[in-house]
Amino acid sequence: MDDQKKLTIIATKGTLDWAYPPFILASTAAALGYEVTMFFTFYGLQCLRKDLSCLKVSPLGNPGMPMKMPFGPQWFKDINWNIPNILQANIPWYEDIATALMKKTIANNGVATIAELRELCQEAEVKLLACQMTVELFGFSHSDFIDGLEYVGAATYFEYGGEADISLYI
Amino acid sequence: MNADKELDARGLNCPLPILRAKKALAEIGSGQVLKILSTDPGSVKDFQAFAKQTGNELMSSTEAGGEYTFFMKKK
Repeated sequence: MDDQKKLTIIATKGTLDWAYPPFILASTAAALGYEVTMFFTFYGLQCLRKDLSCLKVSPLGNPGMPMKMPFGPQWFKDINWNIPNILQANIPWYEDIATALMKKTIANNGVATIAELRELCQEAEVKLLACQMTVELFGFSHSDFIDGLEYVGAATYFEYGGEADISLYI
Repeated sequence: MNADKELDARGLNCPLPILRAKKALAEIGSGQVLKILSTDPGSVKDFQAFAKQTGNELMSSTEAGGEYTFFMKKK
């Protein structure tokens, strides 16, 4: 099995949108026969929480994000709501509203949920490493996270990264 | 073409058609054929890439009315 290709991913982001690339790439690589290791550090740890409702999206200060409504007639869905940052910042619960709309868009487009992709990774025996230093830094406890994680430091990441054919920092 | 198993991945988006196909292939024997239905335009190139990298044979790939049909023979 030594000719098996290996992928490592360092996941550093803790928002709903940025939780996707690491899990999509990891699950796909596993399906292609790669041995996959993911190292979750800093905000990336949010992707390993038992309760994933902590993952939210904010269009504030994100000019790359189209703001389209996931319901209503087509002409309404096609409108790109170009709301100035200064207004976005003043709408109460703005992130919660944007997150609810994004989850609806995700479901409308047949895109998997993060929980689903994470489960697929676990089923495919993707190794999930959590940064112990960040757990302490952010005041988390191991019981906040799903089972099956290894709590490690940077040196352990390199044990896998050093052997990998591809390594991605996301 | 006859298939031993059929996977309906219509309405699903990347990477679900590939992940579901991988699972479905695990449930059939070597030399058996999986038929996959998809509506994801990206899946055309993706199933070619999947076949190339996993050694399973993509026997055919067709499109009709925005629906894609693939036949894949398990290695």
